[in-house]
Amino acid sequence: MELSGGEIVVQSLKDEGVEFLFGYPGGAVLHLYDAIFHQQEVKHILVRHEQAAVHSADAYARSTGKPGVVLVTSGPGATNAVTGIATAHLDSIPMVIISGQVGTPVIGSDAFQEVDMVGITRPCVKHNLLVKNLADLAVTMKKAFHVATTGRPGPVVVDIPKDITDPAIKIPYIYPKEITMRSYNPVVKGHSGQIKKAVDLLLKAKRPMIYAGGGVILGNGSEELTAFSRLLNYPVTNTLMGLGGFPATDKQFVGMLGMHGTYEANMGMHESDVIIAIGARFDDRVTGVLAKFCPYAKIIHIDIDPSSISKTVKVDIPIVGEVTTVLKEMIDLLKASDTKGDQTALESWWNQINKWRGVNCLEYDRDSKLIKPQYVIEQLYEVTKGDAFVTSDVGQHQMFAAQYYHFDKPRRWINSGGLGTMGFGLPAAIGVKLAHPGADVACVTGEASIQMCIQELATATQYRTPVKVINLNNQYMGMVRQWQEFSYESRYSQSYMETIPDFVKLAEAYGHVGMRIDKPEDVRPALEEAFAMKDRLVFMDIMTDRTENVYPMIEAGKAHNEMKLRVAPGTPINRELA
Amino acid sequence: MRHIISILIENEAGALSRVAGLFSARGYNIESLTVAPTEDLTLSRMTVVTRGSDEVIEQITKQLNKLIDVVKLIDLAEAVHVERELMLVKVKATEGLRNEMKRLSEIFRGKIIDVTATSYVIEMTGPSDKLDAFILALDEDAVIEIVRSGPMGISRGEKGLHL
Ligand SMILES: Cc1cc2nc3c(=O)[nH]c(=O)nc-3n(C[C@H](O)[C@H](O)[C@H](O)COP(=O)(O)OP(=O)(O)OC[C@H]3O[C@@H](n4cnc5c(N)ncnc54)[C@H](O)[C@@H]3O)c2cc1C
Ligand SMILES: Cc1ncc(C[n+]2csc(CCOP(=O)(O)OP(=O)(O)O)c2C)c(N)n1
Ligand SMILES: [Mg+2]
Repeated sequence: MELSGGEIVVQSLKDEGVEFLFGYPGGAVLHLYDAIFHQQEVKHILVRHEQAAVHSADAYARSTGKPGVVLVTSGPGATNAVTGIATAHLDSIPMVIISGQVGTPVIGSDAFQEVDMVGITRPCVKHNLLVKNLADLAVTMKKAFHVATTGRPGPVVVDIPKDITDPAIKIPYIYPKEITMRSYNPVVKGHSGQIKKAVDLLLKAKRPMIYAGGGVILGNGSEELTAFSRLLNYPVTNTLMGLGGFPATDKQFVGMLGMHGTYEANMGMHESDVIIAIGARFDDRVTGVLAKFCPYAKIIHIDIDPSSISKTVKVDIPIVGEVTTVLKEMIDLLKASDTKGDQTALESWWNQINKWRGVNCLEYDRDSKLIKPQYVIEQLYEVTKGDAFVTSDVGQHQMFAAQYYHFDKPRRWINSGGLGTMGFGLPAAIGVKLAHPGADVACVTGEASIQMCIQELATATQYRTPVKVINLNNQYMGMVRQWQEFSYESRYSQSYMETIPDFVKLAEAYGHVGMRIDKPEDVRPALEEAFAMKDRLVFMDIMTDRTENVYPMIEAGKAHNEMKLRVAPGTPINRELA
Repeated sequence: MRHIISILIENEAGALSRVAGLFSARGYNIESLTVAPTEDLTLSRMTVVTRGSDEVIEQITKQLNKLIDVVKLIDLAEAVHVERELMLVKVKATEGLRNEMKRLSEIFRGKIIDVTATSYVIEMTGPSDKLDAFILALDEDAVIEIVRSGPMGISRGEKGLHL
């Protein structure tokens, strides 16, 4: 089969089984768009801003495990995509981003809409590739998918100059089924000796903790993690990225850890003597100040990326390997072992953990006349029976969603953790809904974040993606305001907006349903009504308590056992009633 | 501690910027960097001289290995190795200075490779500290220009850094 460069790109996407291509046209990719015009298999989703194309494709990937694919033009199209690419990079999401480039003869001449895309994206991709010869195009596409989806996943940019896609030049098309790269051989299997040592240490633990992260989701390891944890009956905590990797409603689950983690998870980490970190990267939001991090613990770390190991926290037993493979080997060893670990110590450890649980760190004022954001998430959880896909933006609402929506399944919680990109939520919800048309998809957002990609309400209209936007409208950049309250004597510098649009009218202008909710008793019925409208996007503008804060909180320079709680243990929550 | 890291990397456009960019983005120290194609034209060999604590060096090698185009690398500080640097020094060689310059160059086993009525170019190779010593021995006013390659290293013995 003889194909032009443009056709080769499209055909390679078909060969990779790509369903959706999220993109936006322009001069440098016109040949490519013409090739897209001539086929139906790969569905192109026309977004309203390139950043959103990347977020939608990214969330498609997060919710399915398949790579997300994006097409943007050169210059401004490419630079608009960069925030999305960096977002995917920091959370290790498999993606292939195809960017148009000016023709090879004019590269480097400051040609119209020329930017050095390979140079600009180098620090925020897993890899990037510039195609300089048509003959390399098919192999380069294969490499891109291979690198993006294997090892520690990540975004790969393929920059394609316009002349490479010229419809007049055709060459035979051969798409390699497999590819090997001498410079790239990710490890899969962990070192058996290390695994054995780790299991021995785990069985000797008196105050163990299982700290599992996004790697469990990325590596499809939830089943293994669950089996492994149940065998040991040790407490499990998840990072923000790991939520859903272990069922949140399981009695062994102690909640999220870190800056806004639960009292029991953070105290457990602090007092623990053996921690096993599984696909987690000791992020600073998790560790707090490093000098005081887990002072009594020996640490085991399973990670596919050697550079994640001992990067910030020195570990005692490193295991480089793929999460499922390593956990399976550990499960076999545990099953074969004649010791079961110190059950008496474990019992008193659980007693201690249950005491910490008794602090009820996530309790909030349920008698308030104002809508509490926590209450909205709890109601959302009930109305969707805990089975929705929840995307979020960045801020307090993100933390409330993470704390109060109990994710029992992986790939249900879709948020930007590493980069913390406001604007992620709505395009992400659209990407998820395209991948799972039958599922409930909620975008939990704030009035500031939603305005960063609000234009995607039009994309949702065009492709009929009836997601539910839960706008926790506190009329503040709440997360910023909270920090200003705590650390800057409540000087709320630029953390509120003088004008907030009428979101109901805005939603209607885009052809959707808008609702405004300002009484606590209306929250539940409104949610029920919204989720009953299966074929409509509903924008729920929910006016919440303006001064609510996220607790617990580990402030800068503090350790896990120095959390700021909503109220001291034992004091009533409602300040007025007290 | 000072480390010399030798890297075999795919000889692709942008390979150098990937390595250099990694060092600057992560705030790693870089003292010198040399790069040239190898006997296998599809590969380049880079030599990076860097400094850092053991933890930092460990991260540097891990991060370098993580670059998709890096095929192999070795931290020469971990092996018995030899290292050499090439230097070209242009000095004033006017009437009164000529003999002195020639003599000094000979002591350091330099080679005079360009001669004019008023100047010499001296070529010298050796461990970097020997080159430093030569510069110190020269009268500052006599030096017109110095260019150094940065060190290169190779492990001793029959084992080599290959694919
Ligand atoms: C406002 C805000 C507040 C936040 N507060 C918190 C907080 O309180 N608590 C919290 O936890 N986070 C919080 N975060 C998120 C935080 O910034 C990090 O994104 C997060 O902690 C990282 O999660 P992780 O360690 O699971 O790593 P990820 O970023 O998910 O990385 C995954 C790790 O697993 C490895 N891996 C990938 N695939 C595999 C595989 N197949 N096998 C083995 N290993 C694999 C990777 O190499 C990597 O090391 C917050 C973010 C924001 C924006
Ligand atoms: C693109 C971007 N700009 C700035 C920030 C810094 N930031 C983090 S949270 C936040 C406020 C978010 O406000 P809102 O969306 O209303 O959510 P809330 O915290 O009120 O729930 C800001 C500005 C960011 N994370 N992303
Ligand atoms: Mg807000």
